[in-house]
This record gives sequence, structure tokens and C-alpha cells, in this order.
Amino acid sequence: MANTENLKVTTPTDREIVVTRVFNAPRKLVFDAWTNPKYLPHWMLGPDGWTMPVCEIDLRPGGAWHFVWRHASGKEMEMRGSYREVQPPERVVSSESWGPDWPETLNTVVFSEDAGKTTATITLLYASKEARDAALNTGMKQGMAMSYDRLEAFLLSLGARGPEKATRES
Amino acid sequence: MTSSDRLDATFAALADPTRRAILARLASGEASVMELAEPFEMTQPAISKHLKVLERAGLISRGRDAQRRPRRLEAKPFAEATEWLEKYRRLWAGNFQRLDALLDQMKTDELKVKAKSRGRTKS
Repeated sequence: MANTENLKVTTPTDREIVVTRVFNAPRKLVFDAWTNPKYLPHWMLGPDGWTMPVCEIDLRPGGAWHFVWRHASGKEMEMRGSYREVQPPERVVSSESWGPDWPETLNTVVFSEDAGKTTATITLLYASKEARDAALNTGMKQGMAMSYDRLEAFLLSLGARGPEKATRES
Repeated sequence: MTSSDRLDATFAALADPTRRAILARLASGEASVMELAEPFEMTQPAISKHLKVLERAGLISRGRDAQRRPRRLEAKPFAEATEWLEKYRRLWAGNFQRLDALLDQMKTDELKVKAKSRGRTKS
């Protein structure tokens, strides 16, 4: 059962992106799926063609994590960070960096349960507006989402005449 | 310009409320600089500056009428920007759909374990 309607991406402040999603499972399971290296490589893969051969997690305050993704073409992507707060099954705060050239983000994931369903709220916080804009300017995946609200607001303001219709007319 | 540069230019151009209002106005049809300046209580040079940013981003172009030089909306950059954002959304959506499947599996496994332990206490 597809559940894409539940997925929300918002930019509440200059320094943040917030992603929320509801899962049809108790939060104990969602927390486990999110933080256990036994489960994480099954789903946190990004686009098709990528696998996650390295998933190291030391889940305690100060503990390090290290993920490596590999594409069928041989290309690799690496991400590292450390845990700041670990409160099973409701909250994890960790730092995240794609390497020395990328601004570090602080990621907070909160799981709240209601009637057997769990809402995961992921907040990505940049050190400064400049750091966030630096990510934005590289066209990095996270940076782009920050413009989502802006673009969406604009497209809505265009009303019935959306980009598709305009394409046909030009 | 690379595709990524073009996206940067598109989003930078969209970051300003006056420019968004200009684009919204052009969505209902082409307009001259004078017509565009009217609702904004801005001087024509100020409006022209905004138009230049929009033009550089490829969001608008100039019509053929040599007298009025009407500006009009160009759809391609919008299509590219929404395509990029759609890809980003799909990235998360894909991850979470895999997580849905995994959670279903975990729930089933948990029930099996519970059933087993119940069976054990009974026997």
C-alpha cells in the first residue's frame, strides 16, 4: 500500500528542513528500523541502483555512525556523524556530515505514537543560514528541498495555469 | 549553464516577492514594463532590475513587438525545477515505502515470536 500522501517536506525557519511521515506500526518498531544496522540498509537507500554496504551504528550519546552507499556503477557516497541524544523509542539527535567540504547538520528524529501508528518528524538544522545557503547553492539534495515551499507557493499563485499547460503553449 | 546552475538561478529568482508577483502577473498573459510596474509602486528602473534577474534565469523572455517589448513567461525552467523537487520527494518516498514493507515484516515476525512463547508457556 503506497503511503506517499503522508510525506510532508517543510521549511519552518531559515536554518531548518522538516520532513514528516506516518507509519502504520508502533514506534518501538519504527525506532528499531531506524537505528538498528540490521534493518537500516534495507530501506535507507535513496534512488534505485544503490546499496548500503557499510552501516555502522554506535547508538549512545557520543557514539559514532558511518554509512556508505554504493551504486551498481561503482560510485560511492559516504556520510558520518555522532549521536548527541538517544532516547529509545522516541528521540535521536545526531550530527551528520558528507565530508569536510560540506556543512555539518544536526538531525533530530522524533517518533510519536497514536493508535498504533507512528509519526516520524525529522528536523535537519544547519549551523547558520550561510551554511544552509551553501548547501542550497551546491544543489545538494537537502538544500533543494528548502526551496520547495517557495516554489510550491509560487506555482499555487499561478492557479489553473500550471507549468504543464504553459509548456504546451510556448 | 549546467542544469544545476540553472536551478540555482531559478530558485534565486523566485526568492523575491516582487519577482514572484511579476511572474504571477505574466502567467495571465504578456505585459509591457510599464504595465508590470503599475501595481508595485516602483520606478521603471527598479522593475527593470527585477526583470533582468528573471530574464537571466530564463524565466521570462521578450516578445516581438519592438515598441512595447512585452515580457512573457517561459515554462521550461519551472518544469526543470519541479522535476528536481519531484525527484527529491521520490527519494524520501522510495525510502519510506521500503520502510513500510520492512515494518510489516517486523510486525509479522513479532507476532510469530509471541505466538511461539505463548505456545511454550502453555505446554
